[in-house]
Amino acid sequence: MSLLEVRNLRVTFDTETGPVQAVRGVSFSLGHERLGIVGESGSGKTMTGRSVLRLIRPPGRIEADAMTFDGQDILNASEREMRALRGKRIGMVMQDPKYSLNPVMTVGRQLTEGLRLRDGLGRADATAKAIAALEAVQIRDPARVMEAYPHELSGGMGQRVMIAMMLIPEPELLIADEPTSALDVTVQAEVLSILDRLVRDRGMGLIFISHDLRLVARFCDRVLVMHKGLVVEEITAAHLMEARHPYTKGLLNCLPRIGGTRQPLPVLDRAGF
Amino acid sequence: MTSIPAPPQRNRVLPLVKQILLGLGTLAITLLGLLLITFVIARVVPTDPVLSIVGERATEAQIAAIREKLGLDLPLWQQFVIYVWDAVRGDLGNSIKTGAPVAAEIARYFPATLELATLGTIFGTLVGVPAGVLAATRPGSIADQIVRVVGLLGYSMPVFWLGLIGLLVFYGQLDWVSGPGRLDPTYDMMMEFTLTSYTGMILIDSALNGAWDVFGNAVSHIILPAGLLGYVSMAYISRMTRSFMMNELGQEYITTARVKGMPEWRVIWVHAMKNVLVPLITVIALSYAYLLEGSVLTETIFAWPGLGSYITDALFSADMPAVLGGTVVVGVAFVTLNMLSDILYRLVDPRARA
Amino acid sequence: MTALRAWLTDPNPASRRQARLGQAWLAWQRIQRNRLAMAGLVIVGILLVVAALAPLIAPHDPLVQDLSRRLLPPGTPGNLLGTDDFGRDILSRIIYGARITLYIIVLVAVTAPVLGLLIGTVAGYFGGWIDATLMRLTDIFLAFPRLILALALVAVMGPGIENAVLAIALTAWPPYARVARAETLTVRSSDYIAAIRLQGASAPRIIAGHVVPMCLPSVIIRVTLDMAGVILIAAGLGFLGLGVQPPTPEWGLMISSGRKYLFEQWWVATMPGLAILIVSLGFNLLGDGLRDVLDPRSTSR
Repeated sequence: MSLLEVRNLRVTFDTETGPVQAVRGVSFSLGHERLGIVGESGSGKTMTGRSVLRLIRPPGRIEADAMTFDGQDILNASEREMRALRGKRIGMVMQDPKYSLNPVMTVGRQLTEGLRLRDGLGRADATAKAIAALEAVQIRDPARVMEAYPHELSGGMGQRVMIAMMLIPEPELLIADEPTSALDVTVQAEVLSILDRLVRDRGMGLIFISHDLRLVARFCDRVLVMHKGLVVEEITAAHLMEARHPYTKGLLNCLPRIGGTRQPLPVLDRAGF
Repeated sequence: MTSIPAPPQRNRVLPLVKQILLGLGTLAITLLGLLLITFVIARVVPTDPVLSIVGERATEAQIAAIREKLGLDLPLWQQFVIYVWDAVRGDLGNSIKTGAPVAAEIARYFPATLELATLGTIFGTLVGVPAGVLAATRPGSIADQIVRVVGLLGYSMPVFWLGLIGLLVFYGQLDWVSGPGRLDPTYDMMMEFTLTSYTGMILIDSALNGAWDVFGNAVSHIILPAGLLGYVSMAYISRMTRSFMMNELGQEYITTARVKGMPEWRVIWVHAMKNVLVPLITVIALSYAYLLEGSVLTETIFAWPGLGSYITDALFSADMPAVLGGTVVVGVAFVTLNMLSDILYRLVDPRARA
Repeated sequence: MTALRAWLTDPNPASRRQARLGQAWLAWQRIQRNRLAMAGLVIVGILLVVAALAPLIAPHDPLVQDLSRRLLPPGTPGNLLGTDDFGRDILSRIIYGARITLYIIVLVAVTAPVLGLLIGTVAGYFGGWIDATLMRLTDIFLAFPRLILALALVAVMGPGIENAVLAIALTAWPPYARVARAETLTVRSSDYIAAIRLQGASAPRIIAGHVVPMCLPSVIIRVTLDMAGVILIAAGLGFLGLGVQPPTPEWGLMISSGRKYLFEQWWVATMPGLAILIVSLGFNLLGDGLRDVLDPRSTSR
């Protein structure tokens, strides 16, 4: 049985000039595997990810024929049931730790908050668990990082903290929304490999959202290519180069290749789709 | 694997000291500017201070003597230096009407104003912050509309008129509160002659003396003006709280807190509120300062013997040293509040401490 | 009509003018949907009409006294809102008072923002020590309690409407300077300013022709929001007897003269206060709506 089942998901924003559909009918299912969602900005990939957690703020609306997590109906779950899901079983790592960590709370408080509030752990136990989580994301001096405020951390370190925070409750599904796009290129690889290893070791399901086709191909088992709120192609990562949809092919053609010709890269031709 | 440099050890005390010193520097410059403005105003006064002392029939020699005594024969910049020096030592000149030092008189009047404005700010904060949060979490709802309209009404209300209406309704018609003044005359005598004065603020002094009947009477007097000032400050605080809260609730870290499964009360009152608090401190300080100033009009309505009454009384007896002295004191209170809020701001916001 | 509408809401405008008009139309739609802002607009409109047509609307001369008809309650035939202690019709005095209020508002609205714009744009454009000095000055004025400073100024200059306006304007400019400076800083380093500078335009020309227009929208919003405060301060000065002098029908002054009769003839002080409240509420509602519509930063997404 699959972990996550999404059928005909639609996300609509009611604006002054009428409703705007950001996601226009997306279906997919996910087991304990790694699914990539690729697309340009505005293709609806982030909205798809957040819909799973039901975190679309008004004026946005979520509709779907069905959306279940481990057999549980997410679409009609109460807010209380959703909270239990969010904290415990589904986590999400967001793009930029500069914005996704609370600027006026210490890292330690943000890490232990869930443990203390939801799991009712004592201060010492929670701190020990948080430090272990920081060590798991290869932060060298966790005790000191616990005392730090987010602005005192580098981007890479901030994102590790974010990953640690989301992995503490050992969720079954992790949504990573452009987890490395805001980081320096040199740091990206490290953060990715940490994420990769943790997901693999714990056998979590992963939805990896990115605009970077090649990254997704390397990192995931299966890839959804999204364009203008629709899934235009679903393909196993290994066969990405054999994609048939003109949009995917167009995207692939825009990538530079080692040993390729030195012609200028083609610009995506939008006329075809 | 890679080594990640740990963040530098922070020293929480030293930067704060530096900030305070810097703040004091700014404070000094601002106060100097303030004194310059009052000095300029004082020198433009069409009424000659000499004439008011010696009278119309004085001889040339007498006038010259007085001018010399008052230092008016000196060049302007020297007069200014003397003025500043006097002010720094707490000498704001002598009242023309009573002949007593302005500073000493103000010291007697100021606690009444402070008591009123403080209580008003406490009311305003206690009601305004929850109201603003309520409105921000349900934008467009009935609650939001009510908070908005009630707030805008407070913004639009002439405070002296509000005071009159308050007296008319709650004192004249309903008789729920006591009328103008800080105490009934009998209690006033008691306060004056049998109780020890510690702060000049009746609520505190009577409580310290254990004179609860005086305290009760004082409460029945202060509740109306403080409530009205509180309404005005609530209007401002609730509006600002709403807008700050809306802004914070749109931030990504709020999503993070929700992803962590935090209940809504915690998302709002802990995660968002901690951030709202940072600008809110400035707003509360500003509204406090505004109430100190608003007292000028309120105090005349409620016959409240505070700084506001002192300034307006002085105004009508053309007692310029008293008017300007009062102005300087309110200005200093303003600037000090600003600086205090700045320091608090740095304490609350870790990003500003670095 | 539908063709015009379609043209205005066209997501791909063909010309700059179409885009601009489309934006304006959208803004107007947004204000229209904001009921509170529309209420504000109506109130301000009524103020303008009443002030313009005061002699036609007012049932009585605001200054003519009739001691036989003094302190009549509201609802008396011929004196809808009652009469004051000199037997003057309160409604007529309020109607004529609208002129005084409007006069003060207009005078402040054309002086304080201009001074603020000048100081703010010059500070922002030149930067360096000019900026530091001017902004320090602004901060000092900003640190000063507004009403008290106005009081002290009027006390020195003598009571009267012109002095009151001058005092209010002198205390009202600093926020405009702040706003204008902030806008100028964002505009200053933009490429089109650099382009104009390369064409040899002088600093005053750039400021007046290119920087000031960019600051205007935010300044206008501020002016609208500020007007309520100006009305209140003017009324406060009037109430203390430092603004307009009797027998001119100024609202603050009317409250002050009704104070003596508060408990017996409540309407004398209440009615002009209501007028102040309504008009300043109107400006607040309108300014609030304008800010929601025109200032992209304040819209909640």
